[in-house]
Amino acid sequence: MTPSSEYNFAYLDEQTKRMIRRAILKGLAIPGYQVPFASREMPMPYGWGTGGVQVSAAVLTPEDRFKVIDQGADDTTNAVSIRTFFERTAGVATTTATTDATVIQTRHRIPEVPLTEGQILVYQVPIPEPLRFLEPRESETRKMHSLEEYGLMHVKLYEDISRHGHIATSYAYPVKVEARYVMDPSPIPKFDNPKLGDCPAIQLFGAGREQRIYALPPYTNVVSLDFEDHPFEASKADHPCGLCGAEDSYLDEVIVDDAGGRMFVCSDTDYCEARQTAGHRGKDAA
Amino acid sequence: MTPLLSVQGVTKRYGAHIGCADVSFDLYPGEVMGIVGESGSGKSTLLNCMAGHLRPDAGSVVFDTRGHGPRDTVTMSEPERRMLSRTDWAFVHQHARDGLRMGVSAGGNVGERLMAVGARHYGDIRDKAVDWLERVEIDAGRVDDRPTTFSGGMQQRLQIARNLVTGPRLVFMDEPTGGLDVSVQARLLDLLRGLVRDMGLSAIIVTHDLAVVRLLADRLMVMKDGHVVEQGLTDQVLDDPQHAYTQLLVSSVLQV
Repeated sequence: MTPSSEYNFAYLDEQTKRMIRRAILKGLAIPGYQVPFASREMPMPYGWGTGGVQVSAAVLTPEDRFKVIDQGADDTTNAVSIRTFFERTAGVATTTATTDATVIQTRHRIPEVPLTEGQILVYQVPIPEPLRFLEPRESETRKMHSLEEYGLMHVKLYEDISRHGHIATSYAYPVKVEARYVMDPSPIPKFDNPKLGDCPAIQLFGAGREQRIYALPPYTNVVSLDFEDHPFEASKADHPCGLCGAEDSYLDEVIVDDAGGRMFVCSDTDYCEARQTAGHRGKDAA
Repeated sequence: MTPLLSVQGVTKRYGAHIGCADVSFDLYPGEVMGIVGESGSGKSTLLNCMAGHLRPDAGSVVFDTRGHGPRDTVTMSEPERRMLSRTDWAFVHQHARDGLRMGVSAGGNVGERLMAVGARHYGDIRDKAVDWLERVEIDAGRVDDRPTTFSGGMQQRLQIARNLVTGPRLVFMDEPTGGLDVSVQARLLDLLRGLVRDMGLSAIIVTHDLAVVRLLADRLMVMKDGHVVEQGLTDQVLDDPQHAYTQLLVSSVLQV
């Protein structure tokens, strides 16, 4: 699709992009710290990834190859819309292959294929404040971050264990960055948490409605919070993928009929398709 | 002997109105101090100034810290003060709802202070929470229930457990028996008296109930219009009041 000449490159004006880049640089300098920024109205509703789109717009260059995933899939409404948005407003090349992409905007997942140096992973974040549901006052949570008072975060995990017998938080699992800031990794499954740390790619987090940007520079130390006697565990459905047979990828449960039939498939569609092309087959593959 | 808490000339004004003026006293380890007076006499203002919730306009509040000896808590940095308030200090609110997290189970409420000072072993935290629930006479089986399902007296006892779990040395209490019926009050007072004696706690209790100070306090301070009008040993002040206002206060108590 040819880029529309009615928009500046990547939709936002240059001043706005500079403002966002300054926030990103500050975020990279203080890993895990939530940097306030003047979030703009975007031509999509809040909750559809306005934060991620603004961060992507600020980091995209004409030479980039862009990929968008929503819950791991390249072909859902949200992913398709945002990909088309940047095709039209920036004219950048797009791809669905994780290895080919230089900028990947994501919602709720980290790709299965390990990221490499030079890649940027942009997360859409609904609620950047990990302490929000424990302490509703923003003034108080900021103070808690600045004074490193994170006992409350463990109260949440304590409640999980006392109610369910194990840490039942399965997504948006809080992490501690470089032994300093507690960070909400956005609603990725906790299966993906180990991929956050020591990652060669740059990871940027944008929350549009909440007007916050935070970041993890490459090879950052990221530790998932836990108790000594209830250590963190990256969990997934205990099945192989029905289509490609992969046993190491995060799976979606799909209901296939009204008689209780179901199958488990990779949530990362690119990973699954690449494996099928390479000849791997699961038990449900046609 | 170094006083645990030394208050010198604490003054707090709300504009032209006086909250409390020029209050000075020393509190020694193991001592329980009662502050009585009618509503609006500046009791709570004084308590909040001492506990670091309000910044006094003048005066000093020197606390004998474990690590660094006597320090003025008014001028110390906020992180240090907040650290004190979750380790060496405890604050029991009049309304248990102000001091508890109503959305968190009883065990989580008690464990919060432990986790805030670095406890990271679930089993240990839970054992300690259960132990403390039993010490304040709450059935250990309620450890996973939320405080919303507790009665007023139980909530107040839970608040006390939550505050005492880290072994503080100084407890601030703001009307700890307010809003409770008399039989529940009596049990709570009995419990508090036992805890204060067993743990060797120092406490400052603000109340308008003279029976509470008679039972708990070693020394008594009577406040009126922001000023301390009389202070001394509890029995001495209550049995032989010197100031006209104290005489009025003592004679106003209903005799059953």
